Formats: sequence, C-alpha cells, structure tokens
Amino acid sequence: EDISSSSNGPKAEPMLLDHDPDDLFAEATEEVSLDSPERQMILSDGPSPAITPVTINPRADVFDRSPDQDEDEEENRDTFDIQISVSDPEKVGDGMNAYMAYKVTTKTSLSIFSRDEVCVKRRFSDFLGLHSKLASKYMHIGYIVPPAPEKSIVGQRLGRRSSAVTELDPDAKACLCCRYLLRTVKQPALLKDPDVLQFLESSELPRAVSTQALSGAGILRMVNKAADAVNKMTIKMNESDAWFEEKQQQFENLDVQLRKLHASVESLVFHRKELSVNTASFAKSAAMLGNSEDHTALSRALSQLAEVEEKIDQLHQDQACADFYLISELLGDYVRLITAVKGVFDQRMKTWAKCQDAQVMLQRKREAEAKLQHANKPDKLQQAKDEIREWEGKVQQGERDFEQISKNIRREVGRFEKDRVKDFRVVIIKYLESLVHTQQQLIKYWEAFLPEAKAIA
Amino acid sequence: MEVSSAEAALSVSASSIRITDVTQDGDVLTFALTSQKLDSSAGVCVFRIYEDFDWLQQSLFSQENLPGLQGIIFPPLPSKALPSQSNTQTKALKQLGFLALGQDWQSYCKALEFYLQQVAAHPTLCKCKALDSFLFNSESPGKQRGRKGIFNRLSQAVEEMRKESHKDVDNFFQNERNKNTNLAALSKVATEKLLDVVMTEQKLALACGHFSTSLHLCVNQDDASAVAFSKVCLKLSDVIEAVKRNLEKVASNNLSTLGLGLDLESRYQEAEKEMLFRRTCKLIELETVKKGTEKAKANKREVLEAFQKAVEKEFNLISSVAKQEIERFHSSHVNVLKNFLIGWCEVQLNTAKEFAELYSQHLEACRNMYSE
Repeated sequence: EDISSSSNGPKAEPMLLDHDPDDLFAEATEEVSLDSPERQMILSDGPSPAITPVTINPRADVFDRSPDQDEDEEENRDTFDIQISVSDPEKVGDGMNAYMAYKVTTKTSLSIFSRDEVCVKRRFSDFLGLHSKLASKYMHIGYIVPPAPEKSIVGQRLGRRSSAVTELDPDAKACLCCRYLLRTVKQPALLKDPDVLQFLESSELPRAVSTQALSGAGILRMVNKAADAVNKMTIKMNESDAWFEEKQQQFENLDVQLRKLHASVESLVFHRKELSVNTASFAKSAAMLGNSEDHTALSRALSQLAEVEEKIDQLHQDQACADFYLISELLGDYVRLITAVKGVFDQRMKTWAKCQDAQVMLQRKREAEAKLQHANKPDKLQQAKDEIREWEGKVQQGERDFEQISKNIRREVGRFEKDRVKDFRVVIIKYLESLVHTQQQLIKYWEAFLPEAKAIA
Repeated sequence: MEVSSAEAALSVSASSIRITDVTQDGDVLTFALTSQKLDSSAGVCVFRIYEDFDWLQQSLFSQENLPGLQGIIFPPLPSKALPSQSNTQTKALKQLGFLALGQDWQSYCKALEFYLQQVAAHPTLCKCKALDSFLFNSESPGKQRGRKGIFNRLSQAVEEMRKESHKDVDNFFQNERNKNTNLAALSKVATEKLLDVVMTEQKLALACGHFSTSLHLCVNQDDASAVAFSKVCLKLSDVIEAVKRNLEKVASNNLSTLGLGLDLESRYQEAEKEMLFRRTCKLIELETVKKGTEKAKANKREVLEAFQKAVEKEFNLISSVAKQEIERFHSSHVNVLKNFLIGWCEVQLNTAKEFAELYSQHLEACRNMYSE
C-alpha cells in the first residue's frame, strides 16, 4: 500500500497491520473464545501501528506477547485471526456533496465472515453510524463500546484557556478509523454483531442519518449530558460496593491527568515540527554560503554541512511522526476511552435508579392493594394483585439487570486496566526504538562529515 | 589562529591568552585574563572589564605613524554585554546573537579570547604597546579615555551607502568588495538561522521537561493495576527526560562550536567590509583632490599637486597593506572555519554515540521487564 503523503501533519503509514509487532492477531498470541457464554470482553487493541517505514519493525516477535495466564475461565482454543486496514483516502464527488472515502480491507480466516478477504469503501460518517448503533445496543448493559473516531482533535494548548480545534488530515483520520475498528472487533460480542459484519463486508451501506449528532464529539456531549443529568437527579445511590466508588474516582483522576498529558505532547509535536522547519532553513543558508565560497575544500565542506542538516531535518520530521502517532494518539485514544468508561458507570447508576423506581412502584401497588382489601371491589382487587405481580417481576428483572451490569463492568474495567498497561508498554518500546534509530542515523551522518571537515586544507 | 614562531617580534604567545573566569557584579562583568610572555614560562593574570577592551581597540585604531593603518582588517571586538535583569533575552539576542546564549557567559568569554588572540597574532598590531599594557599591567589601563579613533562604524546614512558602491579603479579590489558584500550578508543570515535552530532546540527541550514532569505526577498506588500503570508512566517519564537532556546537549554543542564559528566569521567579514570602505573613502578623497587640482588656478596648482601626491601615496600604502591583509584573511578564515567545523562534528558525534547507548540501554531494560 502506498503512503499517501499529506502536506501538513505527520505522514501516516497505511494501516496494514501485518507488520505491526503488537498486532495480536498476526501472531495469534492471545486466545479468545468466540462462543463462550461468558462473553469475553477484550478491550482496546494495541496502539497505532508503525509510523514510518524507517522505524517499522517487520518482525512480529519484537517482544513477547505471551497469553495472559489469568484470562477468563472458559476459553476455547480458537485462534482469533483478523487483520484490518484503512487506507487510500480518496475524494469522491464535487462541490458541496464531496466527501472522503476510505478503503477498508479485512483479512480473516474466521467462519463468520463470508470471504477470506473483503475490500469495501466507507466514508467517515459510516464509522460514526456504526458506533451509534453499537452504543445504543451495548452500552446500557455495561460493555465499554469503543468511542467513535473524531474528525477533529479538540486540544488544549498549554497555558491557553481556549481549546484549539484542529482538523485531522486524511491519513491521520484513516489511522484513527483503523484503530477504532480494531478495538471494536476485539470484543467478541461486537464482532458477532450483524451491524459490524455488515460494515466490514457489504459493498453498499445505507447512509448514516443525522451524522452531525452522531459525531464523536456529539456522542461525547450526549454522554456528558447524560452524566450530568444523572448527577443532577440526585441519585443518592446507596453504593453497597465500595469498588465502584473507588473506581469512579480513579477514572475521574485519570481523565484529568490524561488530558494534561495529551496537551503536553501536542506542544512537543509542535516544537519538533518547528525545529524541522528551522533546520531546513539553516541548511539552505549554509548551502548558499558554500556556493559563494572561493576556497574549494571549504566550499565543499559547507555544501556537505548543508546536506547533513537536510538529512537531520528529515530525522526531525520522522521523530515528530513518532511523537504524534505513538504518544499523542495513544493519549488521545485513552482520553476518549475514559469517556466511554465513565458512560458505562453512569449506565449502571441509571439501571439502579430504574430498579429503585420499580421498587417504589411495587410498594405503592402493595399499599393500594392493602387499601382495597377493606373495600368491597373484587375486580379492582384482582387488578391490583395482577399489577403487584407485574411489578414484582419488574423489580426482579431490575435487580438481575443491575447485577449483570455490575458484573460486566467489573470485568470490563479489569480488561481495560490490563490493556492500558500493555498498550503503554508497547508504545514505550516502539518510541525507544525510534529514538535509537535516529541516533544511529545521526552517528552515520557525523562520521561521514568528519573527513570532509578535516580535508579542508 | 595559527601563530608561527617566525613572528618573533611578539612579546606574548598568542595561543596562551585565556579568559579563565568571569564574575558579575550588577551590570559589570569582570574578566580574569591569563597570558604568557614568549620569553618566560610564567603566566600573568590580570582583571579587565569591557571598557578596557574597548580602550585597547581604540588604541589600535589610533596608532600614529603607522603607514597604511587604514588598510588593516582589525579583529572585531564583540559588543558590550549588558547583563542586567531589565535586559530581556530578546534584546540581548539582538545585540549579541549567539554570544548572549550559553551558561555563565561562556560563549562571550570565548569570543573575547579570540579577539585578543587575533590581535596578538597580527604581525602589525601585536607590536602595539597598548596590547602589552592591556595584557600585563596589573592596573587597568582603560582609565584614560583615549582619543577617539579615526574610524567610525559604517553608518547606515544614505551618503555612506553611495560611497560604498563607488566604482573601484582596481579589479582585484572591485572583485574583493563584491565577494565580501556577498559573503558578509550570507554568513550573517546563516548565523541567524542557526540561532533560530538552537532556540527551537531549547524550546523543545523545555516541552519535553514539562511532559516528563506531568508523567511523573501520574503516580497512583491505589491498587495493583494502578501500581503497574504508574510504573509504566514513570518509565516513559525517564525516557522523555533523557530526550530532554539530549536536546539540551545538542543545542549547547551547536552553540559552542558552529554557532561561535559562524558568529566570528560573520563579524570578521564585517571587519573586512569596514576596511574596504575606508579604502574606498580614501579613493573618493583622492579623486576629489585630483579634480580639484585640475581645475585649480596656476598659483594654487603647485600646493594642490603636492597635496595630491601625499594623498596618492597614502592611498597606495593603504592598498598594498590591504592586499596583504586580504590574502592573510582568506587563508586564516578558511582555517578558522575548518577548526570550528571539525570541533562541531566531533562533539555532535560524541553526543549521538552517548545517547544511542543510553536509549539502547533503556530499550533493553524495557524489553526484559515487559517480557516477564
């Protein structure tokens, strides 16, 4: 796949994950059961794949991803094999109706797919549409649905109060969409979901409706509004389980920290790009100086200096890519994930509230029945008894729902926390690899330049 | 600057001149200066302030009975540094460029050191008594405000510009003037561009510092998974901290070698420019006198012709000195740049090796830790 270059923003690698060393699927190191009734929830995949051809490590065994020992109890020994890539952003249509279409390629040996390899074209709003469907189906039972990709990054520059909205370039968007799909298919329940299968396989997809409302930011706002509404409803939840309270607090803190970190890294990326520009500018001025110099050897050395600086500029650009795609995007993804996590906690509170409401209703019905006992209205009494049974059923259902969602959340959070550590570790290693590579290149350049400098007679 | 033993007229060994220390008291910088006389093995240490350097420069300018003095390319003295707090960094940068950066005025001291070495290595200037007093008198010689030199800095007045482009009578000099104008402009630009690079490297290092600190604050001991995550954050923090130190080192290397070199080159081109301008002014004076002589009435003519001969003699002396100076300058400037380029390359190579090693160690450690 070609690397489509963009004029601004880091160059993105096409999202073919064969050579992503952290791609679980390529290696089949993680064993996941598709059929387990326990519904193994595996959250968040590895971080962004390779950043540039230079730092890519095509060996899949760059570090050991041995299966966790304490995976959930029932495991079938199925190998989970699926690779997804999102590439080739292409402008479709003209004028007002123009949009960007992406090629989504799925390679898999799983039987739920009709073919080994499928290639479809999707536009950005399709991704948003998929997310909204999944969110509406699964969030309320406690599954952390991966957040939708966002068109723009809302970032906060250090020291500034207002947030700057930067539109992502097509390659970065492709990267984002790919990570989104990977996280989604990692959850067996979501993978089996007909909407997901349709998204990956069918050549035609019905247009997602009112995508403005469905945009990631939109969902975020909705979730936040829901959260606020829940809080304002003064649900004084009798938290019988301290675990939930602690976790919620932890996620609040984590949210704040991650946002700060994200802003910090954005500043880093910005200055790195600035350095690249200045280095290129200096290289040019050195070249001009070399051209004007009469002394042959000195002129030659100055020209070589200019070349070295140009190469260093390229290294800066590559490093900026690494900064962005490895660290910045990782943090961005996690900021968005935390929102989804918080959403799920709020769903639990809603479920509890519903359960409470049912109990209140049941109480009322019982009181009503008690009153009717003394009046002489047999058919009303029967109705009251019926209603009591109905509401007893609802209360039981509500309690089951609440137990289920609590259980799901506990497991989800456990996975999330494990994956979080894994993801960050992978990023650190990749980042260090890019740093080592850069230094080794620099050594080469300086060693080549030294004899030139010494040759000046 | 290479000092050959053939220059036995020197009383001081140019390469022995060192500025060993600088202290700051309010607005005043005091420099500790050591040097060695050629015929002795003992070093002499004196203390000087900027005004003393300025006095030396003015003394060199105003030497009398030195034929063709105006044809000399005078080693450029850096501008006065104003270290007071009210002076913002932007002002300092504008005034001194690279010399304003770096720790404890290191670059500035180095530049002053070069200046003295170049004066001491100059075949004519080294004989100036003022240099001896400057280097060896325990008393600061700058107390006496000397006569103002016969030279002014090239001003930007329109008249000056017109003079500067005055056509030369000698091809050699016309060529040299053209080349020098070009090189002076280009080396100034290159110096400024490198300065931008160094400033950005420092800003980037700062940003890394912030990020590293923020990561450090993510430590949380609540439960097992929080501890694991904290460890990862701390590790990343360490890595970013290393990146920060890397950038600081690279910036400081750029500053102390290539930056200093380009700054010196740029100021030296300006010094040559000033010399060529003085000669051009003399040329204009000569041509003006010639015209006057031609137009003069018979009774005045003899006087004017004598005067014209004197000016012509002066001009020719200046030109011949200038020619020598130019040749000397060409070969020495190549040497100077060569040394700076070698120094720059070596120091950056060492830094790259150092950090390649450090990052590799981190990588190895992480791989081992995370495969458990």
